[in-house]
Amino acid sequence: MDKLKKLFKPFSVVPLAGWFLGVFSAVLMEFYLGDLISYYLYLPKIPVLFGALFMLKTPLMIPSALAYDLVIYVVPVFLVARVTAPLTNQLAEQLERMPLWLATLLHLAAFYVILSMWAGINDYRVLIVKLTMISIILTLSLNVINGYQGEFSCSHPGFMALGAYASSTLTLLLFANDKMFGEPLLNPALGPWLFPLVLIIGGGVAALGSLIVAVPSFRTRGDYLAIISLAFLFIVKSAIENLEIVGGPRGMSSQPNYATLTVVFVWMALCIWIVHNFTTSVLGKALNAVRDNEPAANSMTVNTRKTKMTAFMFGAFWAGVAGGLFAHVLRYVNPGTFSLNKLAEILAMVYFGGLNSIYGSIVGAVSISVLSEALRPLELFKWIIIPLILILVMIFRPHGLISFTELNVKELMRPRNKERAGGVE
Amino acid sequence: MAPLLNVRNMTHFFGGLRAVSDFNLTIEPGEIRGLIGPNGAGKTTVFNLITGVYNPTEGVVELEGENIKGVETHRIADMGLGRTFQNLALWRHMNVIDHIRMAHYSQLTYGLLGAFFGTPKCRQQEKEVLDNSYKLLELFDIDQFATHNIGNLPYGAQRRVEMARAMATRPKILFLDEPTAGMTPDELIRMIEIIRQVHRDFGVAIFMIEHRMKFVMDLCESIQTMVFGEVIAEGPPEVIQNNPEVIEAYLGKEDLH
Repeated sequence: MDKLKKLFKPFSVVPLAGWFLGVFSAVLMEFYLGDLISYYLYLPKIPVLFGALFMLKTPLMIPSALAYDLVIYVVPVFLVARVTAPLTNQLAEQLERMPLWLATLLHLAAFYVILSMWAGINDYRVLIVKLTMISIILTLSLNVINGYQGEFSCSHPGFMALGAYASSTLTLLLFANDKMFGEPLLNPALGPWLFPLVLIIGGGVAALGSLIVAVPSFRTRGDYLAIISLAFLFIVKSAIENLEIVGGPRGMSSQPNYATLTVVFVWMALCIWIVHNFTTSVLGKALNAVRDNEPAANSMTVNTRKTKMTAFMFGAFWAGVAGGLFAHVLRYVNPGTFSLNKLAEILAMVYFGGLNSIYGSIVGAVSISVLSEALRPLELFKWIIIPLILILVMIFRPHGLISFTELNVKELMRPRNKERAGGVE
Repeated sequence: MAPLLNVRNMTHFFGGLRAVSDFNLTIEPGEIRGLIGPNGAGKTTVFNLITGVYNPTEGVVELEGENIKGVETHRIADMGLGRTFQNLALWRHMNVIDHIRMAHYSQLTYGLLGAFFGTPKCRQQEKEVLDNSYKLLELFDIDQFATHNIGNLPYGAQRRVEMARAMATRPKILFLDEPTAGMTPDELIRMIEIIRQVHRDFGVAIFMIEHRMKFVMDLCESIQTMVFGEVIAEGPPEVIQNNPEVIEAYLGKEDLH
């Protein structure tokens, strides 16, 4: 462990902007030289997910795939990040003098450019990136209920289904010419502009549905509420299966292609921002107070019922938005998607990443979704490896990898060239 | 003018058990009152009845002339009744400053949308709350712990956090449930000072449950003694100290072998 720390010590002076530059150069290299290098390494094409698929399908390709990762990703990222550190630190200092929101937006824009270039290599990557970002929204929203508020809610796929179906119905009815609802009611050109509104309505429907779980939570907690919320999930699922107007078990398809990478990215950033604002405000801290000691919260003027209802409706709203995005990314949705498997997946992301933490939710969502995509060739064994990792995390870090921390954007973006007084952990 | 707190003939049953019977209490602004009695006498139940945790079976409970019987706890707290708990009711995953911030909950008017989008109004109010919280921490001499997790504080400091938190709700009456339970003699002396200071600086009335006679005798102007849900004696400390019924309740009868 100490050796590992020593190895990474030279890189502690690299600010976030420096890492961005490093990754950007790697992505640039893949963009221009990827084909050439994979040709010389006898790879059939540019590896999609760091060669994981090649390695698992044909073990003989492991050396080539690893060499590709080394040449394209590892070396440029670390080399460029370290070499340009003095420069990027100056940049970080400049950025630090700007208002926080502007610096954050600039970082986000840079990150978006890198992400879209990386994903631009092929469609499969775009899909993975979109689904991962949707997972981040889902994980954050479930973390609000299960982590910040401390209830154990199992109805998240149900909320997601409500959002997915509500928004799909709206877009198909209003903007698409399909066999279910026929001619569009509005001009399809309006679609992309009204899509945010459609998603908000979808989230709203999910938030209303969540009241069915929120109201019992006034009287009961823990296992009983978990069972009630599980029941809600099944109610939603079988209700949709039996509603012929939305396609029953066959589902709905040919949603218009509104959920582009940009749209999903903006919604994810918006979700992180709002969840961060909410959970650091006193109104959001009330969730923690109710979780840790409800009578005390009550005696300190906290309206506990309102707080519980807020947590559920807020979480469900974002689950609904994520569901809407999900339906428009796959352009197909059926009730079977919102099953216990989906629930297990989201729960795993939340508990793997860490309760009560935005960093944790992001880490959990990204690692579980990328891992489950990368291990796809293993088929059945995938569902042995991922739960095993989850169990190991639970043994060594029972609250998840990064739990009970607050997102601190300023700290994340600060220049790293000089030690800060008291600011070094 | 109506007294600050007026409790008349408050009676409460837990099923068939009469936990509190015919409890009467009047507190005027700025008064310090004590409630003593052996274990299981129903002292904490009295607290819970007045603060709205339980709804009294019978009786009248009024705060500044307004009925608070059957009103929700958080509403009562908002109306000016702050309290601490017998077995520290702190939020174990929160740091100290957040505890104090939290108690400003009902004073915030920016609403949920304000919180979601961090509106200027929200940021303004949050800043005021934060400044006020630090002031309270300084007053209770716990500002050095501001960003520590509550679980890492020494016991006496945790008690002070609880008091500071209760004061952040801007109470008119402060209910203290055994403020010195489990404290060392040093901490005890410190606590007497703090309670005096709170009483002086904030001008709140104080109603406390306490077991340590020295503590109660030092602070309280008037004391009630409760045994098996009934008040058996009421008066200034010296009178209570020499009341034969009180001595009997605490020490037993003299001729008992």
